[in-house]
Amino acid sequence: MKIGKVIGSVVATQKVDSLEGIKLLLVQPLDENLKEVGSPVVACDTVQAGYGDVVFYEGGREAALALSNWFNPSDCTIMGIIDQVTVQGERKS
Amino acid sequence: MILAQVVGNVVSTMKLPVFQGFKILVVQPVDRERKPRGQTLLALDTVQAGIGDFVLVIDEGNSARSILGNSQAPIRTLIVGIVDNVEG
Repeated sequence: MKIGKVIGSVVATQKVDSLEGIKLLLVQPLDENLKEVGSPVVACDTVQAGYGDVVFYEGGREAALALSNWFNPSDCTIMGIIDQVTVQGERKS
Repeated sequence: MILAQVVGNVVSTMKLPVFQGFKILVVQPVDRERKPRGQTLLALDTVQAGIGDFVLVIDEGNSARSILGNSQAPIRTLIVGIVDNVEG
């Protein structure tokens, strides 16, 4: 699982049926110090994350398993909203 | 399995139900000399590891699901052991 920040949302009306009704959010991956690392990814949302929320997400088959209809092509799904990250005793939120 | 060191933790109240009751720790993979190697990961703690502990981390879905005993769990990164010593 990785840390990310929601920086936008994605609307796609023409898409595969199994992604119907699933919110797509644009997520910027962050490192443990909440610094940007790598390029943004599109993730399916399962926890009603909003713009600016720091979240954790997972890829691979687990991303598909997290959705109600687990037979879907998602390869990146947000699984929780992070309230606080503590690293080396320093609190970052 | 990955050898890593626990460097922090994450607090999250809004998360999928399957994560309820587990600590989410920030782990830094390390090499044989216990030096940091690569990016950190978030892992679900199943052995009450603490910050600073060297741990074994599984990063594969089927193994994680069999450990959790939940064939639908969308989880693949688990801390499964606390390392006392690495020889050689």
